[in-house]
Amino acid sequence: MRTRSRQSSRHTFTLALLLWLISTPLQAALDIEIFGGGATQIPIAIAPFAGEEKLKQGITAVVAADLQRSGLFRLVDASGPVLRDPRQIVYPDWKNRGAAALVIGSTVVLPDGRVEVGFHLMDVAKQVQLTDHIMIVPADRLRAAAHQIADIIYEKLTGDVGVFSTRIAYVVKQGNKYALQVADADGFNAQSIIEYSEPIISPAWSPDGTQIAYVSFENKKPVVYVQTLATRARKAVANFKGSNSAPAWSPDGKKLAVVLSLQGGSQIFLVNADGSGLQRLSQSSGIDTEPNFSPDGQSIIFTSDRGGSPQIYRMPVTGTASGTAERLTFEGSYNVSPHHSRDGKSFVFIHRSGTRFNVAVQDLATRQVQLLTDSRFDESPSPAPNDKMILYATEVKGRGILAVVSSDGKTRQELSMQMGDVREPAWGPLPRVR
Amino acid sequence: MKKVISVLLIGLLSACASQTTQPTAEDKSAAQAAAPVAVADPNLNPILRDPNNILSKRSVYYDYDSFVVKNEYRPLVQAHAQYLRDNAGARVLLQGNADERGSREYNLALGQKRADSVRNAMTLSGAKDSQIEAVSLGEEKPRATGHDEASWAENRRTDIRYQGE
Repeated sequence: MRTRSRQSSRHTFTLALLLWLISTPLQAALDIEIFGGGATQIPIAIAPFAGEEKLKQGITAVVAADLQRSGLFRLVDASGPVLRDPRQIVYPDWKNRGAAALVIGSTVVLPDGRVEVGFHLMDVAKQVQLTDHIMIVPADRLRAAAHQIADIIYEKLTGDVGVFSTRIAYVVKQGNKYALQVADADGFNAQSIIEYSEPIISPAWSPDGTQIAYVSFENKKPVVYVQTLATRARKAVANFKGSNSAPAWSPDGKKLAVVLSLQGGSQIFLVNADGSGLQRLSQSSGIDTEPNFSPDGQSIIFTSDRGGSPQIYRMPVTGTASGTAERLTFEGSYNVSPHHSRDGKSFVFIHRSGTRFNVAVQDLATRQVQLLTDSRFDESPSPAPNDKMILYATEVKGRGILAVVSSDGKTRQELSMQMGDVREPAWGPLPRVR
Repeated sequence: MKKVISVLLIGLLSACASQTTQPTAEDKSAAQAAAPVAVADPNLNPILRDPNNILSKRSVYYDYDSFVVKNEYRPLVQAHAQYLRDNAGARVLLQGNADERGSREYNLALGQKRADSVRNAMTLSGAKDSQIEAVSLGEEKPRATGHDEASWAENRRTDIRYQGE
């Protein structure tokens, strides 16, 4: 094979990647269907934001869709005259419509092209304002502004942090093409991170949201890469003899747990985020895989068949006790894919009973288990950063799709691509600056 | 345009295999620790592809939940081990597979167990460990794409691939 200069190889890579992106007809947006309903939903009316008809991107519909998708809100009819000021509100009218909360807002295009977006959140029964907010954003950041507004409303009315400004990663397979994509949590603005004609699995967000680790089969074997989103630069952090997979970031972003067959079987190792400093963590003669760090970084939960069937275990990461594992799951013969909740008090996982694979949650203190889904082939559960929803992969009519279930199991929403199989979802972290 | 894309795609793949970013010292040594990626080798022995020779048979199949090389596949594995013994420069990549049911990463580990079973049988028959790399494709590259027992049985498999193919 003729050697070529490093410079031209990099140019070839960039050009080929660009051509891939231009020539690939992968559907960009996810469609979202909502099923079921939560037990108690807050009835909220979101009046159309004044002036938004002049904008390329409206605000009202995005806010409404976000709140409805959370399962905690029921949208109330908000038709009527445009409201710019709380003093214009006729409260009995909204009370008659059944609204407990009312949002009125307005948009103004400034001389420099930026848009000023403001809103008021009102308590209909008490006839008082709960909060208001004004922001000035570039015209191409209007969806982001709407998500921010939905976050503020959500937090004010539920007391929990909103996740509408977060992103999700997932893999799409169309024919023999695979793409790792990142989209807004509502499915919009999907962008391909990497695309190949070989499989990609196990995407994992770095804690600060700037990088994604994933497993690629482009070299005819699984290799773990870490890719920086802003620059598209990537590095193989685990490319040892045998198989390399299941990357999981430590909460401080400095290390990754990975699974290697380098020393026999499939065992868990720690490696620095730059690929240096390999250190073995698990010690069994069988399969230890799917590591996941606790939020305090002190322990990992993982899947192991050391007891004869795949179950979930926990072990300390540091100290002399490293390597000794405690079994956590005891129901059934197949419990895999554990992911801690962000508050560290529980973990979601996949539980098989009979021939069904379902999302379940176990409380670490009480050891109580609750099944959250009743479909057949659920995989890859990933909690939202507020632990109120879980993103997972499932199948409808033989096609892979993503779905979201509320943490109490009562509300479920399906996200479906127009084409192809979607799998391997990972919910990104809360944005650092809001 | 399509031809240009596929040529550049090959360039992309080979570029990615070697130099997508500034490689650090650790990156290079990690790449060296990995088995060499197959390159076109005009010297590959035609006996490996002769349909009348057992060496052209490259797949070992497994029972459900099993990772043991069944008796009916032992002659096949031993023939390849003998070839490796007789040809010190030969290298094989063993790719283990699992059927689609369950977690992808756990299935990757199951596929690894299958590839390891063939590697162990080969080294017991005298092949050198340095001639063999055992990896897993898990459920990601199924040969049979149905959702029934016949397809799943076809996918519980280890494939033997020689460097140069």
